[in-house]
Amino acid sequence: MSLTWEPKIVGFACQWCTYAGADLAGTSRLQYPATVRPIRVPCSGRVNPAFVLRAFQRGADGVLVAGCHPGDCHYTTGNLFTRRRYSLVKRFLEYLGMEPERFRVEWISAAEGKRFAQVVQEMTADLKQLGPNWKMRETT
Amino acid sequence: MPRTGVFVCWCGINIAKTVDVEGVAAASRSLPGVVHAETYKYFCSEPGQNLIKEAIWEKRLDRVVIATCSPSMHQATFREAAQAAGLNPYLVQIANIREQCSWVHSNREEATGKAVALVTAMVAKVRRDEPLQAFTLPVNRRVLVIGGGIAGMQAALDIADAGYPVVLVEREPNLGGRMAQLSETFPTLDCASCILTPKTAEVARHPLIELLAYSEVREVSGYVGAFTATIARKPAYVDWDKCIGCMLCQEKCPRKTPSDFQRGMGPGKAIGVNFPQAVPNRPVIHREHCTYFQTGKCQVCARICPVDAVDFNQAETTQEKQVGAIVVATGYEVVAPDQFGEYGYGKYPDVIDSLAFERLNSSSGPTDGVIRRPSDGAVPKEVVFIQCAGSRDPDKGKPYCSKICCMYTAKHAMLYRHKVPDGQAYIFYMDIRAGGKRYEEFVQRAVENDGALYLRGRVARVYPEDGRLVVKGVDTLSGQNVEVFADLVVLATAAVPSGGAPGLAQALKVGTDEHGFFNEAHPKLRPVETLTRGIFLAGSALAPKDISESVAQASGAAAKVLALFSREELLADPLVATVNESHCSGCFWCRPTCPYQAIEEKALRDRQVATVNAGLCQGCGACAAACRNGAMKLRGFTDEQLLAEVNALCL
Repeated sequence: MSLTWEPKIVGFACQWCTYAGADLAGTSRLQYPATVRPIRVPCSGRVNPAFVLRAFQRGADGVLVAGCHPGDCHYTTGNLFTRRRYSLVKRFLEYLGMEPERFRVEWISAAEGKRFAQVVQEMTADLKQLGPNWKMRETT
Repeated sequence: MPRTGVFVCWCGINIAKTVDVEGVAAASRSLPGVVHAETYKYFCSEPGQNLIKEAIWEKRLDRVVIATCSPSMHQATFREAAQAAGLNPYLVQIANIREQCSWVHSNREEATGKAVALVTAMVAKVRRDEPLQAFTLPVNRRVLVIGGGIAGMQAALDIADAGYPVVLVEREPNLGGRMAQLSETFPTLDCASCILTPKTAEVARHPLIELLAYSEVREVSGYVGAFTATIARKPAYVDWDKCIGCMLCQEKCPRKTPSDFQRGMGPGKAIGVNFPQAVPNRPVIHREHCTYFQTGKCQVCARICPVDAVDFNQAETTQEKQVGAIVVATGYEVVAPDQFGEYGYGKYPDVIDSLAFERLNSSSGPTDGVIRRPSDGAVPKEVVFIQCAGSRDPDKGKPYCSKICCMYTAKHAMLYRHKVPDGQAYIFYMDIRAGGKRYEEFVQRAVENDGALYLRGRVARVYPEDGRLVVKGVDTLSGQNVEVFADLVVLATAAVPSGGAPGLAQALKVGTDEHGFFNEAHPKLRPVETLTRGIFLAGSALAPKDISESVAQASGAAAKVLALFSREELLADPLVATVNESHCSGCFWCRPTCPYQAIEEKALRDRQVATVNAGLCQGCGACAAACRNGAMKLRGFTDEQLLAEVNALCL
């Protein structure tokens, strides 16, 4: 591991809230580490746990699933399923031995560009402490 | 293998300053399926779009990725350009390397690396895109307007005048809503009835408006262009078709009751209309007040009716209406002020709310327009008005400003002075909010011409003393405690959503705010639309509003409906869910996740499978995540596409 190792974070962002919030971080020129690779989804409720597992298997060091605040879902109830589903997935990942910091579910509205930048900063700092994901990464 | 073209935009220096755009283009040339990559300063410009079109022709591209600003900026622009060049617009994807890359990172190497990753992901995604066609939905060009107040009537008239049929549903027995209870209106002081009753008459006789009074919308199903509304007609116990509106029944009914319309100040009857100019001019029996319904004896109205219209056995009836659009104009009510014990409402008869003061002023009110206090009928010589009773009070009331109270309280003070020239009006206020054409001047007139005395401060207590009321408060401008002796106290109570709004919001599946007011699609740019296509909002159902704003908004909602009705078919987004029937096991785990009830059952030869009603589906993908067999596919965001993105981003 070189000294300049940077973690890789796959970030699922709902297009109505978090993706727009990340856009706002851009228009506000907030700076955050280039560690996050966003994937735009219509709703955080679209994110199948299989996607999260695939990301870890392919070597992502962290995964973020982010959507509208509960109660503010563009589709009324999508993020409520996200909340329930990922409280289970989080426990499952911990059961597998993954450090809890590697997987986060966040509610970031279209107005919270600052929050998006902050989450990426926090996650990057945590992952730098933890080092790369060796646990689930497929050996090639 | 598809033939993908990658176009990397400089965005002037916005992208090029931080991202090595030529490096990104070079890296993308080695991606699978990429046959062309180029950069340009502004691909969104006309020459930029022409470069894309030319490349589509010359390189026979069948997929396009544009690395540029956020898709919310120019995805539509680039899809149109591709379509103009003969490419299906859904075979174009955007890699967002500006808002989510060049603008938020400063390290050129890292930003370039991320940009390459984002382009790689989009190249992988677009490869798995299918050409899609926006599908068409037929539009039933009839509208349902819910609420027959001034906003609902205005919307109904605008749409009917444009030639489309309207079903207008009103919960009360008559049209007019809150405005029917008002005496005069600000800032012109013209009488509310004089401007309202021509409208109610026009609605009643309009050949294209079907008025369903004393009715409520119970259920709504369907989608834009094809809604089905179930409307219940409450029993009036009078056959309105037979009734000729002579109101002998009301005259002869022996049962006097406090009337809600008169804010409990009577005189109501167990049968009758709310006010003489009511439209439709047809009576209802209030079951809870009727002697016959309570004791089984009386039937005076049935005996007196010359056309035998009274029918004690009438029951609720329901009917279904097919409409293409819905306008919600359910208006407001005032909060019950008895929760504010310090003002003594409900304890002292001479503490009334401002809607009651409107009735006292109204010539069709309980006092025929003479201002008399409820307790003894005396003309009050000193009246205290208390503004913000329940508004701007996050602890005990509503945190919001009810907006109309400053203006109507100034109006009340003026009207009172005009009727009682030796009377004195005192107004306790927090701030005066008189934004609006000729509104500030109106308030000034109340002060200068009609001697209204404004006291800035809150009232702590109202209590009786020697047959009068003592109002104890503070004048924060002088810093003095003040005590005012009053004959009548009028509370400007907070406006809250109409009582039927929560049930209706649920039936329509339209969101409300924490106070129960309906939510607009965008507070500034889409103020009369909801997030459900085909459902529009007008008037105080959204937030407290005065008459002119409600009317303007109603016309705005009508314009949106007319735009919808300007075509026989609607184009709908094809990014909806579809079912792979051979994989579907018929478990229907998807069903409870769908907020739109879009998932239906379909019988195959041997089993039931899920099928998606594309008209209802909004493309959220909750069902696709819930499906255990991977049978549910959200077009544009399929499992294959999202997994391909994951793979590419983890390289």
